[in-house]
Amino acid sequence: MKALVNKIIPLSTVDGRGLRSAVFFQGCNIRCLYCHNPETWKVCNNCFLCVDKCKGNALSIVDNKVVWDEKKCIYCDTCIHICENHSSPRVKEMDVDEVYNKIIENVPFIRGVTFSGGECTLQEKFLIPLLKKLKKDNLSIFLDSNGMILFEEKEELVSLIDGVMLDVKAWDDDIYHKLTSFSNANVKKNLKYLYSINKLEEIRIVNVPSLVDVSSCLKGIKETLNSDKIDIKLKLIRFRNNGVRGVLEKTPSPSLEEMNSYKKEAEELGFTDILIL
Amino acid sequence: MGKTNTYYKKNKVDEKVIYDALTSKKRTHEQKVLDLAHLAENQLNVIPLDEKQIHYFETGAINDLFEGHAPYRCRYIMPEYELLMKNGSKFLRLEKPKNLDEAIFALMSIYHHVPSITSFPVYLGNLDALLDPFMDGLSDEEIKSKLRLFLNFLDRTITDSFCHANLGPKYLRATRLILEVEKELNNTVPNFTIKYNSKVTDDEFLKQAIDCSLKCSNPAICNDDANCNNYEKPGYGISSCYNILPVRGGAYTLTRLTLTKLAYETKDIEEFINVILPDCIECITRYENDRVSFLVEKSGFFESSFLVDEGLIDRNRFVIMFGVTGLAECVNKLLEDKGLKYGRDEEADKLAQRIMDKVRDEVGKYEARYSPLTNNKFMLHAQVGLDSDIGVTSGVRIPVGDEPESFVAHLKHSAIFHKYFPAGVGDIFPIAPNVVHNLDSMADLVKGAFKEGVHYMSFYSGDTDVVRITGYLVKISEMNKYFDEEAVIKQTTALGAENYKSSHLERRKVRLG
Repeated sequence: MKALVNKIIPLSTVDGRGLRSAVFFQGCNIRCLYCHNPETWKVCNNCFLCVDKCKGNALSIVDNKVVWDEKKCIYCDTCIHICENHSSPRVKEMDVDEVYNKIIENVPFIRGVTFSGGECTLQEKFLIPLLKKLKKDNLSIFLDSNGMILFEEKEELVSLIDGVMLDVKAWDDDIYHKLTSFSNANVKKNLKYLYSINKLEEIRIVNVPSLVDVSSCLKGIKETLNSDKIDIKLKLIRFRNNGVRGVLEKTPSPSLEEMNSYKKEAEELGFTDILIL
Repeated sequence: MGKTNTYYKKNKVDEKVIYDALTSKKRTHEQKVLDLAHLAENQLNVIPLDEKQIHYFETGAINDLFEGHAPYRCRYIMPEYELLMKNGSKFLRLEKPKNLDEAIFALMSIYHHVPSITSFPVYLGNLDALLDPFMDGLSDEEIKSKLRLFLNFLDRTITDSFCHANLGPKYLRATRLILEVEKELNNTVPNFTIKYNSKVTDDEFLKQAIDCSLKCSNPAICNDDANCNNYEKPGYGISSCYNILPVRGGAYTLTRLTLTKLAYETKDIEEFINVILPDCIECITRYENDRVSFLVEKSGFFESSFLVDEGLIDRNRFVIMFGVTGLAECVNKLLEDKGLKYGRDEEADKLAQRIMDKVRDEVGKYEARYSPLTNNKFMLHAQVGLDSDIGVTSGVRIPVGDEPESFVAHLKHSAIFHKYFPAGVGDIFPIAPNVVHNLDSMADLVKGAFKEGVHYMSFYSGDTDVVRITGYLVKISEMNKYFDEEAVIKQTTALGAENYKSSHLERRKVRLG
């Protein structure tokens, strides 16, 4: 069983509570306008556009495939920037044991592992045997997900994880569609379900001024969770255009005042753990 | 304080040196008085030195860290301040304190009379445990306003950053309030260390301490599980620059072996380990023993100190520290032909361990005088350095610029080398400022590092005014004044400024970014 891994961060402080290793899989099932790493969307189609442009001579063609030499790579990101396929030649095909061993190197420093992407739930079949191994090491498991799949239908996967960091994005279905080209019906169902089984670890909203309906989002979440106090971590993220390609690449970030006013709204609704980033 | 190794020369101090010290435009009055005392002491020749010792002093392999030619006080003194709280002091005409004001007043009074190598107290006690019993009936705000004055008094009057207060391992109300005030004051004195014990210390305490250190580079964190059995009761305290020493005692003296300089004696690794290293270690232990003999038998220190009479210190609890520094460049020099580097290459790290094993075994062969607490053993200490150290990295640290890419690899490396040093060792890591949003992650890191065998660590965030040099703290704003040739309040600003420049501390690898 193999999966395409975009990268593994051994010690991450920004992918959930505590110190965690973070695994980023290649491949995503939606296309967010504000995606910071669109190079994780698709699998490389071996068009070879990047090979000649590589500044560190780390890319070559072997058996009609792009091969990346990690040791030569200078991480200038040229290959990613010129890729027309929203992919990256730096992706590694790894089996369950390889990923497991990379993670275990970081024990006893980490308390858990966060799987992200792309969209990590697309790797369900790979994750199940990996998570079974990791659970034996007493590591907590979080999935950083867009919530497109229905978690209530993924019994085994859900039983192996400790929480989902859910990217809610927007509340109005039209706005969500404009942002991602998909509907958010499942996201709403997942919110309710994960909260009911105590596996909602974090809620995220990226605020793009005059595009994302942050206020409706906060109210919608509050109504869905139906609780006076909501102690789930709420991350209100300022849109930033670095790494973004397409219609939003020149859009400015919202002001801190605007973010603070949303924070105030969230507090009034009963959110107790809010972070502006 | 002189700038060069103060090894003994038979000739007297030049009159011009005294004149220059006396007429300096960069030193405060207090600093001049200490300089003049040092020069007077150095007129004496009371410690014997043979040709071999002089040779190693001249190469810099032995360095007595400006201790002076005639020891008349112990290098580090660790009074058991609990006795002052319990009994007051006859000598100082202080009653047993009955409330927080009296307790703080008693401490302020006694600190003035605790000498050390810097002439300032290097250890202020376990401040939270000392003051917590006096806090009942007072509000947090009332206590904090008293602590503010107390801590500012210490910062403005103890004008040398080699001064340490301890907190923990229990999380008391006093611990919380001291850290809250410290975070707001951003002082360089005292240096704080918290003792973290996996069984006793609350995670909230660890997180508050980390939060404080990301704001003002203070406190550092000591692995209490690894250190709590070093000395019998009343145990250990942390003083000056990461010295783990017995409370109610301290260290008579500290001389260091600068491995980097010793490596220039030979290119042959076997000769280095089997001949030169043992030879230099013998010279150092003999030199230290001679210093301690003078201190105990001739100086009158133990006969004239009220700290002895009132039981706050006990000669039987003093130890002799054997300092080691510059392991990295020593190994790099010995492996120069192969181009291998300490902290980067396995063969280099293996050689480093071989050298440290040899140092431990050789030092262990000699009897340390007047040291019953350690069964007459010298205590190894990873010495953190001097402003004059160029191309010599502190203790067993990895040089700035050579740090491994992986933070985990770096910490595992530290763990291997920390275990050699019961009398103190430490590492310093600059941390990406956004970690402040996830203090749990730093708490995990510290706990993991301690589990792995790291004994002591400290952090700072790139964007603070207060920075850690080799262990002590200095304000960047004060260093800039020093570079502009102005007089500065703290003795250690000059040391810090030179070291910051020459060791390129601004290039330390920022972790968790």
